[in-house]
Amino acid sequence: MPDAKTSRREFLTRMGQGGAVAATGGLIWSYLLRQQAHASPTGIRPPGALDEADFNATCIKCGQCVRACPYDTLKLARVGEAVPIGTPYYRPRDVPCYMCVDIPCQVACPTGALAPSLTDINAARMGLAVIDIENCLSWQGLRCEICHRECPVQGRAITVEHHPRKLSRHALFVPIVHSDHCTGCGICEKACPTDEAAIRVLPPKLVQGKLGAHYRLGWTIDTPVTQEFTPDTGSAAESGLRPPSGALDYLNEGGL
Amino acid sequence: MSAPADPVRLGPNGRPIRPFVMPATLPGRLRVWRTIILRRITQIGVLLLFFATVHWGWSLAERPILVGNLSSSTLLGLVPMADPFAVAQILLTQHALEMQVLIGAGIVLLLYGLLGGRVWCAWVCPVNMVTDLAGWLRIRLGIRDMFHLNRKIRYVVLVLALLLSALTGVAAFEWVSPISMLHRELIFGLGLGWTALLGVFLFDLLVLKHGWCGHVCPLGAFYALVGKVAPLRVRFDAPTCTHCGECAKVCPEPQVLNLRQAAEAGMIASGECSNCGRCLPVCPEDTLHFDLRYRIHAARQPLESSSHQRRSA
Repeated sequence: MPDAKTSRREFLTRMGQGGAVAATGGLIWSYLLRQQAHASPTGIRPPGALDEADFNATCIKCGQCVRACPYDTLKLARVGEAVPIGTPYYRPRDVPCYMCVDIPCQVACPTGALAPSLTDINAARMGLAVIDIENCLSWQGLRCEICHRECPVQGRAITVEHHPRKLSRHALFVPIVHSDHCTGCGICEKACPTDEAAIRVLPPKLVQGKLGAHYRLGWTIDTPVTQEFTPDTGSAAESGLRPPSGALDYLNEGGL
Repeated sequence: MSAPADPVRLGPNGRPIRPFVMPATLPGRLRVWRTIILRRITQIGVLLLFFATVHWGWSLAERPILVGNLSSSTLLGLVPMADPFAVAQILLTQHALEMQVLIGAGIVLLLYGLLGGRVWCAWVCPVNMVTDLAGWLRIRLGIRDMFHLNRKIRYVVLVLALLLSALTGVAAFEWVSPISMLHRELIFGLGLGWTALLGVFLFDLLVLKHGWCGHVCPLGAFYALVGKVAPLRVRFDAPTCTHCGECAKVCPEPQVLNLRQAAEAGMIASGECSNCGRCLPVCPEDTLHFDLRYRIHAARQPLESSSHQRRSA
């Protein structure tokens, strides 16, 4: 049956060709997706937004949060903007988030990309304010502190400390941001009087470091730290709170 | 040879084949254009409701009329709606969704399940206006297809979209869809998304007739599957048909006009039919009409039983 044989060969070849085209197309397509999804976004998301990867997956790009915002703060990203196309974000220097207590944008979200678990706007972490102390007026010695006065979480998210100077000059009154209270609303960035804002809001992941569990801040630990402690191999060592025993033995045994 | 042996050709039903003639009068023409006029009204109307609700604050009984876009919206502050294909992609990225959007997707699925899945394509989707323009222009300019493309390729794109959603963790088609881009930008401000649409237009105009909507678009493929069970169909009255082919000339999915299958089913049964209604007014024999699947079935029941009797007799 030569006919059947050639037609089977042709069938398999065609299947292979079709599969190759589909696979190539799929690869290019997935490359585009990954590139867009994993571009490091500098845009600030609405309150309650999930982690970036989860938000990108869950947001259906309908713009109902944009419509719900009474201050026209939110925008849907266009091609080439700070966040992937079609997703909501805002630029605090243009219009900040005024932290409505009823969080209308989050209520409008149909998918849960703006998590409904956020009920207190003060618990929102849209971003984190950072200060450029080289250009901050207060840090130069002027009495500005506008960010501190405008801050809706005043006295907690931004505090003012005074640093004494020489006799003939008044003290520096410098604003300090505290990440455990800053919501990232950006009202400070909007209010900052310098030509380019000296305080600005960025996604916390872009600006926050991480201490590492092995650093022991002795003055914050309740139990006294003494020379007599014996490093145990139990749970404390596993949790990384104590140094590995080898290092200590080396010194104690006169290895130096 | 060229002598007109039979100047009047006859169809398989023994009646003379007549061509479609565009009426000379305006009312006659408007009758022929009725479905396309109605389609433009619904397409632009839906767009207008979205746009006016956001920008001009249109509301009914103090409720915003239609908030959102075609991906997901809220009607009168009450009824959620969502693109079921987009929701399917998001669910495949293994992310849980709120009830609101799931119910919305169910409502839209039910709506197009009743109206005929691809009613979306012909009566709502804004890209259809662009591809229709390209189709009209390519006829005027006499442009031929660059190559042949199997119309089943859209189902491959559909499967790829679902597969890539699961693999990359983002809704694969939603992130590149020229439909969503166009609609989003028309409502929320123009960006560069229109360039994707320009690509679709040029593809349809210069490369392949009905290239995007009829070959590639996975959303159309999705709704074609939904349309397989839809009650609203185009009825086909086989005895009056002379096989003149006027319907196939205007149909954007001519493979659905398989007249043998249509005669057997009494309707255009394929889900790929978008119920656009272009074929109805151009049929010189008045063979094609909108009707409901169950009514067509009911009307054919006595016909079939009588043929059974004839066979058994």
